[in-house]
Amino acid sequence: MSRSSMWEAVGGIVRRDLLLAMRRRSDAAMSVFFLVIVVSLFPLGVGPEPAVLRTIGPGVLWVAALLACLLSLARVFTADYVDGTLEQMVLVPQPLAVLVVGKVFAHWVISGLPIVLLSPLLGLQFGLSGESLGVLVMSLLLGTPTLSMIGTIGAALVLGVRGSGLLVALLVLPLYVPVLIFGAGAVTGSMAGIGAEANLSLLGACLVLSLFLAPWATAAALRIALE
Amino acid sequence: MSVNWSKYSAPMAFYPLAGRLIPWFACVAVALMGVGLYMGFFVAPTDFQQGEAYRIIFVHVPAAWMSMFLYVVMAVWAGIGLGLNARLSFMMAQAIAPTGAMFTFLALLTGAMWGKPTWGAWWVWDARLTSELILLFQYAGVMLLRTSIDDMRRADRSSAVFALVGVVNVPIIYFSVQWWNTLHQGASVSMSTGSKMAATMLTAMLLMTLAFWLYSVAVILSRVRCIIVERESLPVWEEEPPVIQKVAEVR
Repeated sequence: MSRSSMWEAVGGIVRRDLLLAMRRRSDAAMSVFFLVIVVSLFPLGVGPEPAVLRTIGPGVLWVAALLACLLSLARVFTADYVDGTLEQMVLVPQPLAVLVVGKVFAHWVISGLPIVLLSPLLGLQFGLSGESLGVLVMSLLLGTPTLSMIGTIGAALVLGVRGSGLLVALLVLPLYVPVLIFGAGAVTGSMAGIGAEANLSLLGACLVLSLFLAPWATAAALRIALE
Repeated sequence: MSVNWSKYSAPMAFYPLAGRLIPWFACVAVALMGVGLYMGFFVAPTDFQQGEAYRIIFVHVPAAWMSMFLYVVMAVWAGIGLGLNARLSFMMAQAIAPTGAMFTFLALLTGAMWGKPTWGAWWVWDARLTSELILLFQYAGVMLLRTSIDDMRRADRSSAVFALVGVVNVPIIYFSVQWWNTLHQGASVSMSTGSKMAATMLTAMLLMTLAFWLYSVAVILSRVRCIIVERESLPVWEEEPPVIQKVAEVR
């Protein structure tokens, strides 16, 4: 099989998923609104002390990004599973793991990228400084694709299972912990003056590792779900 | 004399074999646990820094080792099951999960009981404790995924994929005390530099580890027998190899 046909297939999947998302914009907008609302709840809950908010800010933003990413996972495969598209994807000559990368990339563009773009604004709510905001954007830019990668494994595993919404959270959230620690750690580190490079490098390592391993696991899980 | 080992990959043939092995593993486990606990509590000297409180390590460290070891073993069985499509491998993986979760919980519990007098806190959020807690969540995830899926074949294979994905956490737990600057102390026993503790302490700890390991084998084998009975819809519950053999022949 030629390399160009593989890229064509991936590009086709990305285009199709993005087009579908554009046709139903409210779906994608919902997880972004969820993020904004969750983040805004914390100052109301813990009180508007600027010092306290600055301390918890990175953690709160990262946890909210994690949850927003989790909420959008159900959309990755469910519609394709119900209408039979997924079976066609398994049957095409291109390797399923490569097609999965296209699905993950589309999911990240729809649900991860808006979080990255919105994060400086939300960071301002918590009084983060300019440099910390830059680190926050950078850490989310490196971290959210990893979240999409790991999340799609869970989404594929629970496909068509009863109570899948809650189950995917229980499966995926523990695996999100390293990304959360490094991501929030990068921002906290830059605020404390230790520098963010170490944590950002670890986030990059997580991304490379998940890019390498997660598509295979997702492809295996999809094949099991479709048997 | 050559034994045809591969025949034991059939659940029906493995059932009586497991039944014969369980008493041996169980008896040796109890004996070693008795000796290990006696040495740990009465023979081993008092620690000059931690006093008597340190003695919980004779349960804590073996339990923590077993929690990681059993996860790897579970993942290996899951991988064999996926690769060779062997039913007994999936049954082994299913049987290991509760015991592994129990040891993970035991390690966390004894760690908390040790942490209170020594660190002054039941729980701290350092890398070793957090990653061990995640291991407990992973065991729970493997078991929950299995019970949520009604189709047995899919339940086996899906939880196997999840178990394999979770293996990345095991080296993180193991090396967490080296990679991060943690409150949890570094390893006192190491393959390369030898042990930094008194000989009796080390002996007691290794005896307890061996005891926990044999206990795990005994418990896992009895659980596998239950799973075989459940899944193969056997009409008998008693351990009667001829009856089992007869059922196997009739099928």
